[in-house]
Amino acid sequence: MSALADRPADPVVGRRAVHESAALHVTGAAMYTDDLAAQTAGVLTAWPVQSTEAHARVRVDVSPAYEVAGVVRVLTAADVPGLNDAGVKHDEPLFPDEAMYTGHALVWVLGETAEAARLGAEAVRVSYERLPSIITVVEAIAAESYQGSARTVARGDASAAMAGSAHVFEGVCEVGGQEHFSIETQASLAILDSEGQYFVQCSTQHPSETQEIVAHVLDVPSNRVTVQCLRMGGGFGGKEMQPHGLAAVAALGAKLTGRPVRLRLNRTQDITMTGKRHPFHLTWKAGFSDDGLIQALEATLTADGGWSLDLSEPVLGRALCHIDNAYWIPNVHVHGRIAKTNKTSQTAFRGFGGPQGMFLIEDVLGRAAPVLGIDPAELRRKNFYRPGQRTPYGQLVKDAERLPTIWAQLLDESDFERRRGEVAGFNAANADAKRGIAVTPVKFGISFNFSAFNQAGALVHVYKDGSVLINHGGTEMGQGLHTKMLQVAATALGLRLEQVRLAPTRTDKVPNTSATAASSSADLNGGAVKNACEQIRDRMATVAGRLLGADERDVRFEGGFVTALGRFDERLSFAEVAEAAYLQRVQLWAAGFYRTEGLHWNPDQMQGSPFKYFAYGAAVTEVEVDGFTGAPRVRRVDIVHDVGDSLSPMLDVGQIEGGYVQGVGWLTLEELRWDESDGPHRGRLLTQSASTYKLPSFSEMPEEFHVRLFENAREDGAVYGSKAVGEPPLMLAFSAREAIRAAVGAFGPVGRSVVLGSPATPETVFWAIEAARAAATVDGAARQKPDHTAGLVPAAATEG
Amino acid sequence: MDDIAVTVNGRRQPLLAVAAHTSALDWLREAGLSGGKEGCAEGECGACAMLLATPDERGGTAWTAVNACLVPVAALNGQEIVTAEGLGSPDALHPVQETLAEAGGSQCGYCTPGFVCSMAGEYYRSDRAPAAAGTPLPEHGPNGFDLHALSGNLCRCTGYRPIRDAAYSLGSPPADDELAARRTRPAPVAVPTDLRTGGARFIRPATLVEALGVLGDAPEALLVAGSTDVGVEVNLRGLRPQLVIAIDQLDELRTLAVDDDVVEIGAALTLSEVERRLGGRVPLIAQLVPQFASRLIRNRATFGGNLGTGSPIGDTPPALLALGARLVLASSTGEREVELADYFTGYRQTLRRPDEIIRAVRVPLPLAGISAFHKIAKRRFDDISSVALGFALDVDDGVVISARIGLGGVAATPLRALATEAALVGRPWNLETVRDASKVLAAEGTPISDHRASSEYRSLMLGMGLVKLYRTAPAESREVPA
Repeated sequence: MSALADRPADPVVGRRAVHESAALHVTGAAMYTDDLAAQTAGVLTAWPVQSTEAHARVRVDVSPAYEVAGVVRVLTAADVPGLNDAGVKHDEPLFPDEAMYTGHALVWVLGETAEAARLGAEAVRVSYERLPSIITVVEAIAAESYQGSARTVARGDASAAMAGSAHVFEGVCEVGGQEHFSIETQASLAILDSEGQYFVQCSTQHPSETQEIVAHVLDVPSNRVTVQCLRMGGGFGGKEMQPHGLAAVAALGAKLTGRPVRLRLNRTQDITMTGKRHPFHLTWKAGFSDDGLIQALEATLTADGGWSLDLSEPVLGRALCHIDNAYWIPNVHVHGRIAKTNKTSQTAFRGFGGPQGMFLIEDVLGRAAPVLGIDPAELRRKNFYRPGQRTPYGQLVKDAERLPTIWAQLLDESDFERRRGEVAGFNAANADAKRGIAVTPVKFGISFNFSAFNQAGALVHVYKDGSVLINHGGTEMGQGLHTKMLQVAATALGLRLEQVRLAPTRTDKVPNTSATAASSSADLNGGAVKNACEQIRDRMATVAGRLLGADERDVRFEGGFVTALGRFDERLSFAEVAEAAYLQRVQLWAAGFYRTEGLHWNPDQMQGSPFKYFAYGAAVTEVEVDGFTGAPRVRRVDIVHDVGDSLSPMLDVGQIEGGYVQGVGWLTLEELRWDESDGPHRGRLLTQSASTYKLPSFSEMPEEFHVRLFENAREDGAVYGSKAVGEPPLMLAFSAREAIRAAVGAFGPVGRSVVLGSPATPETVFWAIEAARAAATVDGAARQKPDHTAGLVPAAATEG
Repeated sequence: MDDIAVTVNGRRQPLLAVAAHTSALDWLREAGLSGGKEGCAEGECGACAMLLATPDERGGTAWTAVNACLVPVAALNGQEIVTAEGLGSPDALHPVQETLAEAGGSQCGYCTPGFVCSMAGEYYRSDRAPAAAGTPLPEHGPNGFDLHALSGNLCRCTGYRPIRDAAYSLGSPPADDELAARRTRPAPVAVPTDLRTGGARFIRPATLVEALGVLGDAPEALLVAGSTDVGVEVNLRGLRPQLVIAIDQLDELRTLAVDDDVVEIGAALTLSEVERRLGGRVPLIAQLVPQFASRLIRNRATFGGNLGTGSPIGDTPPALLALGARLVLASSTGEREVELADYFTGYRQTLRRPDEIIRAVRVPLPLAGISAFHKIAKRRFDDISSVALGFALDVDDGVVISARIGLGGVAATPLRALATEAALVGRPWNLETVRDASKVLAAEGTPISDHRASSEYRSLMLGMGLVKLYRTAPAESREVPA
């Protein structure tokens, strides 16, 4: 038992709560950064001049822009008083003289209106001296174009174990990137006030780092920059690092003009300028025993980092730490490296490398199962970690017994066995469409790998009237963090939810905050809020004890009232106690702090215990694949997921569903296509708008969607026994990919390994079906991309 | 210029100093109504959705959800719109807002005002009715809510389930609901408009004759109906037309007539209006419309617009080619009728002269017995096709007696699959014929590889299409009387 995880009687945490801003959302009253800008008098608009070359030395002549009516100023490198860099690795010039990718912002034009700024940017003359470019990760590997540190996770003797394995499989594959596509694009609004302070409103997941970068660009100390984030219209990792340089541009504009400056990227600018989920190139070799136990895994992971380092190193680290997913792999040698390419600088995205690492092992199991002659669900289950086993990086797998428990519950509740029979029956009766059903697990480590980030602060005020205002360092991007923090505060202070209010996140209230990332923000900020509230509650308990004639240890706070044990006839309102405490000169506000205990990590050796605990879950997905087009359709999804004892069940279910669908988008639909030719547009992103980059819409929503939270799931190491929820459910989507693989397999002969590209778009699935059909024919000649007349009529369907 | 005004949330708001190209969304946001958002600026995400009062078929008003980012605000002169702010306030939520909030239908909230407007449009749809005997139509709720009403709204957070649950649990408007009551009165009429700012001009003529006159004098003018295509050019590619002629509300372009020989569809009827007014009378069109973009787009987009752009990947041409449609082109000197098959002359080039307006589309009767529209795309709702096929075949006594196949996405223009048609006609309607004809069909056109699909896949999809038609069309199907 731990005090951190204990809940009082009848807590506000654990109750269904609607999002604290729901009424504002639905009425359009919720304000976002650029809504504020629209109502700011005298505001200028910033517009970028973007490189049309993938790699080139550039010379920029900004003078023609000044001839455009309404252009106020063009910001260039010469205007930067401090460090001309948008990141923390100092490899991202804010105003570059070398364009590193198509879309790279070179200079920024400030206009009285967006129209003036846009026309000004069009007028700027850029001359390019073209340099050789590397676009694909395969090109980067061939050219040995790498950046940052390569890392290796190793345990046992993988090559000896491989040699001794009864079955060895090998593969090479690529897993695509993913555009965040928050419906709100990047946005900042900077104002220089009368006291020489920069007030930067920014849609950022990491206000402290935004502050830090604005300060170093402007060459001012951090105490002159305040960053506020009201709320974001989605983040998903895309606003962890990417907003910083944009906020700095706005602040620089405010400095040079003395006027407020807004910078909101339009969709095309956002897609072409900012980083995405890392595509990975994976080569692997896996050894299995006769009974299907994994003996060894050797792999090389090459992350496509794009033009600068950004968060590529920790993303790669997390990928390497999730190569095992839920499985015990006794002998491991997995090497990871970061390619440098002339593309957007890839960055954090929900899962942060974990999905790409898990992709590898799930692909291995999905491909091996038919050849091993073991049902894929059984193959996965039998390789689960057992209690007492450790990960390849040396961490004990805490609560490993939850995996088989969740698995069994899910198979039972989803009626898996019966439906598997139905799927087989459907497939036997239908030549033109096949169904597949699959189950996959998730084990995801919670905490920042970089131990220092696992801290948080909060500031809680109790006013004399008993109302409470809380501030914390986390940001709200839709995940419901603020709602959970209100529930934590109400629980800690024994109040009703509506008695607590939350003020926007800003760096002058809570300093030195960590990014709202790694799923950890409720754990960290919740710990800090609870700590602050408990300081105040303890002081108020002393006051109340005197008023109630009881020992302070016997004072209870519940439902907005304060009572003493055994004396429930006499109760004080929280406000009465607050008022009394004020009169007695007792401090009614507190700064809270939290650090996650027990973490350690050696990045050079890739060994340690970087995670406080693991989040577990499993999903069953059933799909139907159209044999004519390859189009897959998700018919039904069942999920059992472990969020510990939930802080807020409806919000957690929302995160699980949203994460799953986003994962299905990544694995089946969302496709980043770059011009890889040697033509004039080499390096250009071809899918740079909502009409060409397709995210899941209502038509991709599972027809049936059942999500259950794993019960009695207290996590001792986190606030009120809860677990993180933001990222892990995304990886439940592997069940959809494996279900598609199963459906494709049903077009071919039994026992055949199905190779499936990613994302599994209709066309990709169609080619896999063609290969399966070809294998089912007498000659068995596999075709890839047949010519225009071959394979028109499904082989299995010719008897119609 | 203050005689130019829009009624927003019940209040008349003059359009002051507005540029001819300014979208309704930008204008609303400048006016302090920042609930609607720009998520994509091309009518794909629906974060900008608002409600527009449009005429229904019974002389009343429908609350029609449209993309505010695509409509020039000048086109709304004299019209009435309602935004999320106008539906309710945080202290007094509209039933749609309350249901969505309570269901957990908003996470980040950015797309939410748009969802609210699309849902409200469906909430107020006067012919929405609970499913009979508790068995809803596919993609309809038990309350009659058509999920396609939300096909043009993207949410990146929720995964949609709670939004669907909210939509499916909506009741009917209460008796005292003002917007429901508004439906019983006529919609605002078109207001002739001549807005000139900064050298650009937006004209809404009162009649077709007037429109043709203006066009005759200024053939470089841009004709705009629903603005679902032009709006994208304005927003994403900086198009700033000097002269726009709005033709979407011309009565002469908004007729729908059926006689013994022809179905005539006014070129400026929206796809949603055509769908409602035709019912299932032309099955190929009934199949086409739900696959055309999204409801938000269909509430503005017109047949005339889709044909006017001459795009090779428009969704209506393959269907209309299969139907053997003809176009009525009107000019000051009169009307002429052209075969749609002859209309497309090159990439975005057509037979239409600069002084002509597409007045109507004529579909000859009787219709073929077997017809289908296949759209191959990554996403089922609201995507652009990589390949689209329209089929119309007549089979008599087991023999194909006529065949028309329209193709999109496989050449610089939409085209008829003439060689395939020849390979089908006169042959028995069986698998052997289909296989032979499929080989011909797969070789039609000259598809390219791009970000949507490879050329190989496109060709294979052509061949597959005929097989799929054969497998899915009822063998006994014969002529369907119109």
